[in-house]
Amino acid sequence: MRADRAPWWLGALAGGGLLFLHGPILLIFAYAFSTEDSSFTWPPPGLTLRWFGAAWERPDIWEALGLSLRVALVSTAVALVLGTLCAAAVARTRFFGREVVSLLVILPIALPGIITGIALRSAFNLADIPFSFWTIVLGHATFCVVVVHNNAVARFRRMSGSLIEASMDLGATYGQTLRHVILPNIATALLAGGMLAFALSFDEVIVTTFTAGNQATLPIWMLEELVRPRERPVTNVVAMVVVLVTALPILAAYHLTRGTDTVAGSGK
Amino acid sequence: MTAAAAGAARGGVAGRLSDLLWRRPSVLLALLLGPPLLWLGLVYLGSLGALLVQSFFSIDEFSGVIDRTPTLRTWGELLRPANLDIIARTVLMAALVTGASVVVAFPIAYYAARYARGRWKAAFYLGVMLPLWSSYLVKVYAWKLILAKEGIVGWGFESVGLGWLLEAFLSVPGIGGNSLSVSPTGTFLVFVHVWLPFMILPIQAALERVPGSLVEASADLGASPGRTFRHVLWPLALPGVVAGSIFTFSLTLGDYIIPQIIGTSARFIGLAVYQYQGTAGNVPLAAAFAVVPIAVMGLYLWGAKRMGAFDAM
Repeated sequence: MRADRAPWWLGALAGGGLLFLHGPILLIFAYAFSTEDSSFTWPPPGLTLRWFGAAWERPDIWEALGLSLRVALVSTAVALVLGTLCAAAVARTRFFGREVVSLLVILPIALPGIITGIALRSAFNLADIPFSFWTIVLGHATFCVVVVHNNAVARFRRMSGSLIEASMDLGATYGQTLRHVILPNIATALLAGGMLAFALSFDEVIVTTFTAGNQATLPIWMLEELVRPRERPVTNVVAMVVVLVTALPILAAYHLTRGTDTVAGSGK
Repeated sequence: MTAAAAGAARGGVAGRLSDLLWRRPSVLLALLLGPPLLWLGLVYLGSLGALLVQSFFSIDEFSGVIDRTPTLRTWGELLRPANLDIIARTVLMAALVTGASVVVAFPIAYYAARYARGRWKAAFYLGVMLPLWSSYLVKVYAWKLILAKEGIVGWGFESVGLGWLLEAFLSVPGIGGNSLSVSPTGTFLVFVHVWLPFMILPIQAALERVPGSLVEASADLGASPGRTFRHVLWPLALPGVVAGSIFTFSLTLGDYIIPQIIGTSARFIGLAVYQYQGTAGNVPLAAAFAVVPIAVMGLYLWGAKRMGAFDAM
């Protein structure tokens, strides 16, 4: 059946809504090239590439970027293991308390981030754990599990259980079945989930402020610049780069899971 | 199916282990569930427990030392008028943001679900997905640029000769301020922008399940578009709307960065929690404050479940 045409005003409202979503982000791009260095004057009085060089030479930005990448890598690895295990259990078997497990996985992202943050901080406080790289990872991995879990569960549900049974009937061990049957089937879902978890961790700030002590990840660096601006044009450049860098894993994850019944990311 | 039916048992350590797991699925289940449950139970639930425990501690007002004997004093402090004000302001903001998100999200979701096809469908999907995942701080920062006195909104009003209108709006007490970036209107706009994708996706998911013929039938039977919306579309979209509102409501309740960067100095729950535990060093009161959004969300989720909102997520 051919789809009927939308009334013009509905198209206008939808387009306007999308503009409201994207306009502000695109505006950052224009500001990154502005010659103005102290205020937010619009339109930009002139265009320059000078700030890209200035940002490149700032060691604090490189340090923050490095910490963010390391945290995101380790958290994603932990989340991949825990999320996949949990998804395998929830998707393939029915057991008492299954609903509770699902709820427990979703909770860290359903409750406001500040709750997770302050809860972790008070736990570190009570247990006398000093802030370190690992306290940041502890927080990030906890809320990244749900992203991997959601992607993996969707794939496990579509995968036929008889495949595993056939492999076992033919004499394979669980290790062989995992390597030759299960992993090839869920690989793209895991890759997509992992990329989304990476993007989530790379961008996280609310929980991180509570678990980082005085270490600065890239989002914390940005937050500092927002609260106490030092060099605005450099912040503009960093903001633009962050937008471009986080868009890549999202697009990749979309392509990896396209055409399956649940598309990655819809359950952030 | 049992291992016996699978013929000869597997040899070697790995083989024997596999036989054991095949025969006893509960062992396999325990192995699968153990690590994630241990992590989430220990790290997450343990932390939530620690938070709850701290809310029963109290702080010595003179020395600032935290007294670890259990007391309800901190909870009493939470009920001071100033703190109740903060809670009321936050819940009101969360409700307004949720309402506005529904209004802005509905046309996008409806267009994407009913009229967008093929490439356009993908474009709409990514058009919602990219802002959802793009950096939260960058979005907040972008609004600081937009709403600044010399920013694009002020420039827009000036260049069409309506600068006086913006001035008049900003002088209204309660919603205005020195510039848009230090007004409650600014805070509201940024909240709507940042959480909007969380509203669009579940509404779209709900609308995808409404057959187009239902809307046509309503029109054929003589209903005006307004009546079709009220009696056909809206009731069917409602679970999606409620599911989306869980996100917009919860996220607004707990946010402490947006009101700190764009808005007046009036405090919201998130900001109060942040300041009590940080500068004030009053962790017990911060902990008690943090329980408020959990309680509000608990009530909200209970209501949402009764409306069947979870089927639309």
